[in-house]
Amino acid sequence: MSTVVTPTPTPTPRPTAPTRGSFLANPWARWGMIVLGAIILMSALRVITGANDLDSSGAIAAAFGLAVPIALAGLGGLWCERAGVVNIGLEGMMILGTWSSAFCAYHWGPWVGILGGALGGLVGGLIHAIATVYFGVDHIVSGVALNIIGLGVAKYLASRFFTGLPGGGPTQSPPLEYAPSLSLPGIGDPLLTLERKHIFFVSDLAAIVRGLTTNVSVLTLITLGLFIATWYVLWRTAFGLRLRSVGESPAAAESLGVNVYKYKFLAVLASGSLAGLGGAFLTLVASNLFRDGQTGGRGYIGLAAMIFGNWRPGGLLAGSALFGYTDAIRLRAGGQSVHAVLLLVAVLLLLIGLWQLFRRGRVVQGVLALVVAGLTAWWYFAADTVPNELAGTLPYVTTLLVLAFAAQRLRMPAADGLVYRKGEGH
Amino acid sequence: MSNAKLRRALLSIAAPILALFVAFLLTSLVLMALGDPVKDVWITMLSKPKPRQITNIVNGAIVLYLSAIAVAVGFKMNLFNIGVDGQYRVGSFAAALFAGQAWLPGVLNILVAIVVAMVAGGFWASIAAYLKVKRGVSEVISTIMLNAIATGVVSWLLLKVAVRTAGSNAIGTKTIPESSQLEGWKLIPGASNRIYSLLLLAILVGLLYWFVLGKTRFGFDLRATGSSETAAVASGVKVKRMVMTSMIASGALAGLIGMPLLFGQDHSYGTTFQSGLGFAGIGIALLGRNHPVGIAFAALLWSYLDTQANGLQIRAGVAPELVYIIQGIILFAVVIAYEGTRRLDIRLEQQRVAGELAAQRAAVRDQEGAVA
Repeated sequence: MSTVVTPTPTPTPRPTAPTRGSFLANPWARWGMIVLGAIILMSALRVITGANDLDSSGAIAAAFGLAVPIALAGLGGLWCERAGVVNIGLEGMMILGTWSSAFCAYHWGPWVGILGGALGGLVGGLIHAIATVYFGVDHIVSGVALNIIGLGVAKYLASRFFTGLPGGGPTQSPPLEYAPSLSLPGIGDPLLTLERKHIFFVSDLAAIVRGLTTNVSVLTLITLGLFIATWYVLWRTAFGLRLRSVGESPAAAESLGVNVYKYKFLAVLASGSLAGLGGAFLTLVASNLFRDGQTGGRGYIGLAAMIFGNWRPGGLLAGSALFGYTDAIRLRAGGQSVHAVLLLVAVLLLLIGLWQLFRRGRVVQGVLALVVAGLTAWWYFAADTVPNELAGTLPYVTTLLVLAFAAQRLRMPAADGLVYRKGEGH
Repeated sequence: MSNAKLRRALLSIAAPILALFVAFLLTSLVLMALGDPVKDVWITMLSKPKPRQITNIVNGAIVLYLSAIAVAVGFKMNLFNIGVDGQYRVGSFAAALFAGQAWLPGVLNILVAIVVAMVAGGFWASIAAYLKVKRGVSEVISTIMLNAIATGVVSWLLLKVAVRTAGSNAIGTKTIPESSQLEGWKLIPGASNRIYSLLLLAILVGLLYWFVLGKTRFGFDLRATGSSETAAVASGVKVKRMVMTSMIASGALAGLIGMPLLFGQDHSYGTTFQSGLGFAGIGIALLGRNHPVGIAFAALLWSYLDTQANGLQIRAGVAPELVYIIQGIILFAVVIAYEGTRRLDIRLEQQRVAGELAAQRAAVRDQEGAVA
């Protein structure tokens, strides 16, 4: 999937198209080339525009901090939708996770807090599972109701349990202990020196390595582990095969003796606890307290990241990294970095427009892309910065653009979102 | 036949009542488990509202009704317009901006501003509609993204055009001229506040919704597409065009949500803007089963709960957000109950038909026996 999005950046217009030789056929090599291409692109953009914060180690670390909760929510969505249940209630489950992790962390320390977050999300998953799997309620409807309940429960419980505690109140918890974090010893300072020199490519690489090895939270490592575990369980075990078959064709799975309800139920429970873990990350790593409105729609973005990643863990990780990154550069240098991205968008649209016009002969789409490219370029040269309000919409606009260009190449599980009743199969 | 109709009517009334009862029970259990005063909470929630509060309930319901109708248009077609919130924001802003300029006198200003709101809301929804029809993007995801984008774009535009209110930090669009402000009516005896004049708008929209969906060919096509897309295609409905039209219609109606507030209370777009009305609309449309009268009752109930919950903190020492839990449980209970009654209805129908067939067969056999 990301082959659709990222290849355009490399200097030649169509890098992965025809000459996909033996080297690029290997998925590891292809991913490697994509990452390398992205780094070269970002460092070129940094040198050209002078927006040095585009890929500083600080920005990378911040991107990580913002990507992990999105990735966890998306992973929750992945489990659910692979079993054929759409989960728009991820946001509500995440909210439940923020409250319960804060409550547990305040009383029993950060490790129990992490566990508590997963448990809080699990409760949300349980409600969604009972409603959608056993009662056959429409998945979107149940999700919307769950988001309303999640919000209400968190606010009600926060005012019930955090009011009167030192530093706590009806809308926020007392300050909590951060979840522990680790650094790879001995390489942080030399890399920082290298990063400060602002050399093309070398400094960028140093910054990225430093961002990935310094002050990494244990919860980030747990998340990475969960991604690998998900990939293994869902694609390499009999359990995973059955779970995915339930999402593709429940009637066929039933006829082969798979207990469809059980697998759907388990998948939704896993989904809830992963989303809740994402909530725990927000209270214990990204900040050190529970706050009202803390999730800020990350559950929805996680869902979008999962669709962006074509219902696969690798793609989901790339999607979350993209959203986390766009969010991070916006939060750090705000308008300046987003302004630099405008140039990138203009060039990308220019390439897409030319490709549509000359390679595929689509005049309308091509001209449209070229006009938007021209407007974006004009915006880049006419202004020095992008207003903060507009910079805030960057992750959402990125999602929409990516979906608009790639949605037709995505394939969701065949029975995703359909209510299945035992014995009423087609 | 009338027997089946009666049964269906009874079942559809029984479902919401059952849902309310379940919500009452579950909420009480939650309160009891956490040691909160159950009795005080229900005394507060169920106490008779004062005339002033009744006015607030009706006013709240007017706004929620418009929101739910906008959602219901999409629902009838199996489209989930989660983006009502964003469309309503864009529409309100555009209308407030236009009306504030006072280019037109009095009532004419109001009417054109309402059209502006509909166009703006419809435009915002058309982006999602285009992405769905031409690019195959699920409207659920695109409208969620468009909600967030609407918030950013509108707050940026607001900074560009804002006027600062004297003596405060609040910013907003230019206040609409007094000749275009609607005072409202004193319909509730003993209340000092007034019902929004644009109650008329809500009634009109409800009538139009009932007429267009129930009595016109367009409405029939729309409902047909919602029930079975393949059947609709087979009978000559252009599904893509229907998706486009109904999504834009839903967005245009969403643009209306802010109008009673704009002309009857706020008189400008600014910090008083209420977000989240679109999500409440989803719940209300479901509760009212997409029926214009059902939605009216559901909106009144929703607004009643919202208003009564304001007293919870003072009178019961419980966070007023408890109302979200109650509303959420009602929503869950009602959709489960509707699903249950639908299945019960099908089962009873099957039993009836099976019984009649068996009787027929028995009669035929008796006849044959008599002949032999």
